Amino acid sequence: MTEPLTLELTTLACQRGGRVLFAKLNLVLGPGTCLELLGANGAGKSTLLRTLAGLHSQYQGSFHGPSAVYQGHRLGLDELMTPLENLAWFAGLESCVFDQHKALTLATRLGILPLVHTPCGKLSAGQQRRVAMIRWILSPRRVWLLDEPLTALDIDAQSLLNQIIAEYCASGGIVVCATHTALSVADKSILQLAAAPEQSSW
Amino acid sequence: MVAALLLREIQILLRARASIVNPLAFLLLSTLLFAIAAPKLVAETSHQASGILWVLVLFTQLLSLDAMFRRDYDSGTLEQSLIMADVPFVAVLLRIFVQWLGTGLVIVIATPVIGPLLGLSWAAVPGAMLALLLGTPALSLLGSIGAGITVGFSRGGIILALLVLPLFLPVLIFGTDIVNAAAAGLNYTAQIYWLALITLAALIVAPFAALAGLRISVEMQ
Repeated sequence: MTEPLTLELTTLACQRGGRVLFAKLNLVLGPGTCLELLGANGAGKSTLLRTLAGLHSQYQGSFHGPSAVYQGHRLGLDELMTPLENLAWFAGLESCVFDQHKALTLATRLGILPLVHTPCGKLSAGQQRRVAMIRWILSPRRVWLLDEPLTALDIDAQSLLNQIIAEYCASGGIVVCATHTALSVADKSILQLAAAPEQSSW
Repeated sequence: MVAALLLREIQILLRARASIVNPLAFLLLSTLLFAIAAPKLVAETSHQASGILWVLVLFTQLLSLDAMFRRDYDSGTLEQSLIMADVPFVAVLLRIFVQWLGTGLVIVIATPVIGPLLGLSWAAVPGAMLALLLGTPALSLLGSIGAGITVGFSRGGIILALLVLPLFLPVLIFGTDIVNAAAAGLNYTAQIYWLALITLAALIVAPFAALAGLRISVEMQ
């Protein structure tokens, strides 16, 4: 199965509760693009990301692109399982072979190696976020949809996150990231979500 | 994919022991309540025992259904399995199977204890176990539809009961009939076939309906 290389949005406008959230978007994101989504609370950043992830079906227009990794406010880590078990589960979901060596290398880099056998419920919010970052890297998917990835991260982890995003883009990945704190990735593009011009309802 | 997902389900089942212990404790406790409230009824072997046994099983099943997808929904693993899974259907089917392991199978194993306590004759116990073994998978499967739809409600208990109990009726009818026939020493092959048919039909339809319900629940959040 061949996947498209670019993520294309054609006159895409998301709705929530019958209300159009933002003006129609026309975008083509090629490999290596990092798009920073800006907008006030309620502007539709999260809804746009959930739409692109396939979790939200109320939209007009269309989009298509490679299948994506989505990171919402809920991290998707099971509290009863250790980081390694969670990562193995994610690999299993995608029918990939779980590369434990690579996972441990990444855990070392993210500073959570001593915690890989501790149940996720006992990790702090920031530590859990670091586990989630390993998950994105281990996935073979070529798009990352990140919703507020800087939340709960300390200064070190924030710079690590920026490095990881830059490396991913350099390797041809596409990142769409909703954030209130600017990313320090060198060549990022910025999209400001603006309110829809007219309130249409259907 | 199946191996990795099944491994997680079993790990969770073993670590969150409440999912096995709670239904069993509820079943034993409500049996005890019957013994206290209606001692005459359960003192001698009676015709009513099959009905009481099945209704208690239905309520036990109902209690455990609410928790079926709840943890995954709250932690976000549910939305991740919808996005990331090659075949989300497999993840749902496995969850239903493991929920059945934790309730249905445990109930079947507990029947030789619970049944006679409720006044079921010993002759009817094998028939009751067979009926429950065939019927409880249908309860888990049909119940998963309601559990999938109501997982987004913070208090979905009552709505879940209203949605699911009518679906349980055919299982209840044939299930009690098997136990009654077994108690009377009659042949119950026909009812066994019917119950198996209901379970197979539920196996075909229910996981898809549950998946659709889960998608709606995840979208509503």
